[in-house]
Amino acid sequence: MLSISNVYKTFNPGTINEKRALNGMNLELRPTDFVTIIGGNGAGKSTILNMIAGVYPIDSGSIVLDGIDISTKPEHERAKFLGRVFQDPMRGTAADMEIEENLALAYRRGRKRGLSWGITKAEKHNYVEALQTLDLGLETRLTSKVGLLSGGQRQALTLLMATLQKPKLLLLDEHTAALDPKTASKVLELTEKIINENQLTALMVTHNMKDAIRLGNRLIMMHEGRIIYDISGEEKKNLHVKDLLEKFEMASGGEFANDRMMLA
Amino acid sequence: MSINIVSIILAIQGAISQGLIWGVMALGVYITFKILNYADMTCDGSFAFGGAVSATLTVVFGWNPFLSLIIATLSGMAAGAVTGLLHTKCKIPAILSGILTMISLFSINLRVMGKANTPLLGVDTIITKIINILPESITSIYNINAWVTMFVGIVFTIATIGILYWFFGTEIGSTIRATGNNEDMVRALGGNTDVMKILGLVIGNGLVGLSGGLVAQTQGYADVGMGTGTIVIGLASIVIGEALFGRRFSFAYKLMSVVIGSVLYRIIIAVVLQLGLKTDDMKLLTGVLVTVALSVPEFNRQRAMKKKMRSYN
Repeated sequence: MLSISNVYKTFNPGTINEKRALNGMNLELRPTDFVTIIGGNGAGKSTILNMIAGVYPIDSGSIVLDGIDISTKPEHERAKFLGRVFQDPMRGTAADMEIEENLALAYRRGRKRGLSWGITKAEKHNYVEALQTLDLGLETRLTSKVGLLSGGQRQALTLLMATLQKPKLLLLDEHTAALDPKTASKVLELTEKIINENQLTALMVTHNMKDAIRLGNRLIMMHEGRIIYDISGEEKKNLHVKDLLEKFEMASGGEFANDRMMLA
Repeated sequence: MSINIVSIILAIQGAISQGLIWGVMALGVYITFKILNYADMTCDGSFAFGGAVSATLTVVFGWNPFLSLIIATLSGMAAGAVTGLLHTKCKIPAILSGILTMISLFSINLRVMGKANTPLLGVDTIITKIINILPESITSIYNINAWVTMFVGIVFTIATIGILYWFFGTEIGSTIRATGNNEDMVRALGGNTDVMKILGLVIGNGLVGLSGGLVAQTQGYADVGMGTGTIVIGLASIVIGEALFGRRFSFAYKLMSVVIGSVLYRIIIAVVLQLGLKTDDMKLLTGVLVTVALSVPEFNRQRAMKKKMRSYN
């Protein structure tokens, strides 16, 4: 499904800010894998998602998605295969445009955009149905500007937009980190539901270890730009936060988990 | 006194005609500045470019003045494309890209005209062409030139608004709007933001070039300095329109409010000129006007914040 092999990435090479973000990263995903990714700050979690999405080019290695080598494709071309939700709720939607206009843009992901009308009557009907599944009452506010919505509502909408055209791979980059706990759990619930119903393959970066254990069928831990722990199936289900912290401490050579991980 | 009133009325009539003709330019600036969220300095150059091209084609090459306007539009589009390419492919910051194109156009405009200005003397302009086909009974009306100019302005602004309304409702148009809003999202949804920015700049500057051509045709000459301050005048029109109509209206109303803002801007200028200010002072007046209009919302926001803070205490 997704095959990342030997990917290296260094930011600001040759400068004082040099940062080796990915250090020979390897990862194989099977179809319908729902993988949670944890790791300390600077471990390369977000970087690997950005590399898959093509936000920055990789230095070496290859990224192959469903048999297609996307390593050098520009971001907007890879978008055809990917659904993405960002940490910042503001980044996934266009604030000055209407809810239905945002959905219409998402509906055209991976399609050629021409001079036909940007949104058709038939679509609007579909959008009402799709919004109903969110259960946030947005279906009655199709022509509201997205900027009027709360962070949680915007994140739920982004999630819907990312999956309106079924993506080969869904990338979730700490998409609940900026939300209050109640909204975060609601968005997570929606995430799980959408992934299960559509049989999606997904990568989810999170700082919350409980979520990482509870959700998905596989968990990977990253440290210094590579995977140091990869667990799935029954073994993962029996995992505890304590085990993860131990693993983390061992890998990082006694260096303790960061605050956010401790609190999780 | 009565002479004074007549002169004011004539001045206002002229101001309305001018406001409509320049309104096409303001719509171009609206596209780059508001829709694309791009402070595009190109328009100072592309406005004069459109004027220079239209005047030269009409005078030197004996072209039909209406055809010359098409080339003026294409010239403006080309200027916008250059700025877009500088910004997206050479990664030059937005404002600097526009300035580079603008400053280069100054030389190009001198090359096009071969001199600093080209009067449209002894040739048909779009105004005389129209007057020539009108019956005597109409052409004998007092100040017919101003009326025809107004008519031309109305036709061009309505056509422009119609085309823009259609275009920004299409798939490509919506993607350009979204690009001005949130580039990350557009790329994540498979839109090529580089292409969208170039397209927006091409369309915006095409309108600015067209407006430059129209101004040259109606005022009877093109001048290498005619574009100076175009962007500020465009912004003034936008903020006056916004101040009057608010921001909540639909897209078609917003486009209309830009043109009405442009007309009001010309009326304000005409009135203060009648009150005794000099033409030389107009740039300062425009600068102050735009500064005030752009800073008022910010001051209001800060005041509202303070008020809110106080209510918490």
